[in-house]
Amino acid sequence: MIHVPVYDSARRPPATFDELAQIFKYRDLVKQLVRRDIVTRYKRSFLGITWTMLNPLGMMVVMTIAFSQAFGATRAYPAYLLSGLIAWNFFGQTTVYAMRQLVWGGGLLHRIYLPKTVFAVAAVGTHLVNLLLCLLPLLVVMFVTGITPQWTILFLPISIVWLIAFTLGVGLLLSRVAVYFPDVAEMYEIVLTAWMYLTPIMYPEEIIPQAWRWALFDLNPMYHLIKLFRLPLYYNIMPTLSEIVPALGIALGTLIVGWYIFARSADDFAYRI
Amino acid sequence: MISPIASDIVVRVQDVSVLYRVPRERIGTFKEYAIRRLQRRITHEEFWALREVNLDVRSSEVFGIIGRNGAGKSTLLKVIARVLRPTRGRVVVFGNVAPLLEFGAGFHPELSGRENVMLNGVLLGFTEKEMHKKFDRIVEFAELGDFIDAPLRTYSSGMVARLGFAIATDVKPDVLIVDEVLAVGDESFQRKGQARMQEFREQGATILLVTHNMTMVQTMCQRAVWLDHGKVQVVGDAKEVAEQYHQASG
Repeated sequence: MIHVPVYDSARRPPATFDELAQIFKYRDLVKQLVRRDIVTRYKRSFLGITWTMLNPLGMMVVMTIAFSQAFGATRAYPAYLLSGLIAWNFFGQTTVYAMRQLVWGGGLLHRIYLPKTVFAVAAVGTHLVNLLLCLLPLLVVMFVTGITPQWTILFLPISIVWLIAFTLGVGLLLSRVAVYFPDVAEMYEIVLTAWMYLTPIMYPEEIIPQAWRWALFDLNPMYHLIKLFRLPLYYNIMPTLSEIVPALGIALGTLIVGWYIFARSADDFAYRI
Repeated sequence: MISPIASDIVVRVQDVSVLYRVPRERIGTFKEYAIRRLQRRITHEEFWALREVNLDVRSSEVFGIIGRNGAGKSTLLKVIARVLRPTRGRVVVFGNVAPLLEFGAGFHPELSGRENVMLNGVLLGFTEKEMHKKFDRIVEFAELGDFIDAPLRTYSSGMVARLGFAIATDVKPDVLIVDEVLAVGDESFQRKGQARMQEFREQGATILLVTHNMTMVQTMCQRAVWLDHGKVQVVGDAKEVAEQYHQASG
């Protein structure tokens, strides 16, 4: 029999890669956590999973009524609004959930070994399911408001992957901080609201004066990612390299930095939570 | 250089120290932290939970860990179970370590027993495929019958404990970690739990047992360690270690 250790605290690949290998090993756990979230959220409700789709639709109706006077000139305003809202909700809800879940999982981290990124990755999974479900009502709203999806829609999966990368990166960074300071979660929700109003989601980007655009658009990662999400859907335009590359840079950069910082300190979490 | 380890050794703990850094005052909010940081008023209490602990646990033995509260027993288990990484030193484990969880940790009340078996199994590091194979045996051992498809919130606490125990101990692990603090169900189920531990022993599992019960140490364990303030006081034959500990604590 070869005497090979299953675990050796002194011999380990760098934390960043070790975490990657472990999350792959624990992929069934990711699946089960996603399943748990989706099943338990709607288990005791009559309409069940349809709520996922009705929720943004409801918001769209309310906002359309509220802003129809101001932004009525925007072509197919409900479709414009809903497409932005879906992408934003994915980002906002996933990052908040990732933080909450890691703090929730603290009790488990005291007792058993788990790859710590599992909570953020599962949060992405859960909300990705929601996002995909929401594409259905979005397509309906597009048809109703007179936008026929074109072949450009084939680019959408890439837009979504970029959005996932950025969201996971931010989620990991926030979780890392929330382990030490739980009140960051409260603070972040305020930031999130402000951030949403500063991003052209419910208003057309043309209303922002030229002088401000560099700050609100160029420096705002979510501007690029939402634009990339809307282009192949709402605008029926194939994104060009000048739109794809900056978004990719932001998304990938955030993911790598987030993963690195999170994984590097993951060993410390069991001491802290 | 790392010296070769004899093949009958399952767990090697080598010069292991664990340092807890506890803020002197609990700082729960970022605002507080920022203010204190500026005032340079953050001080930490440093506390060595383990100090240069050296241990070898051999294959197929029941190894007892004794000592007063706060002696470092649970920390030692956590270091071996990969929950905590040692501050210094090295831990090598040859085989799968299964902690006997506080039962119900990780269960979700709205999910059915069946769904919880899958969730809990993957939390323990098994794959879904493995859990499908184990499923029927687990339900049988937990004596849940038709309740398995009812939501967990409808279970009695005994049923939850049985299900947790059944999942954790379905397959013989290489190293089983048992922390006495865990109370398992009613008396009849406790007997069943002990019988299962006995069964594992006969099948050659290594068991790490934390307990305050000296009779249990003397009857069940071959060897034991006595920890005091994070240091190894005595390690050796279980009967002798228990005897010395008993005399010292009068």
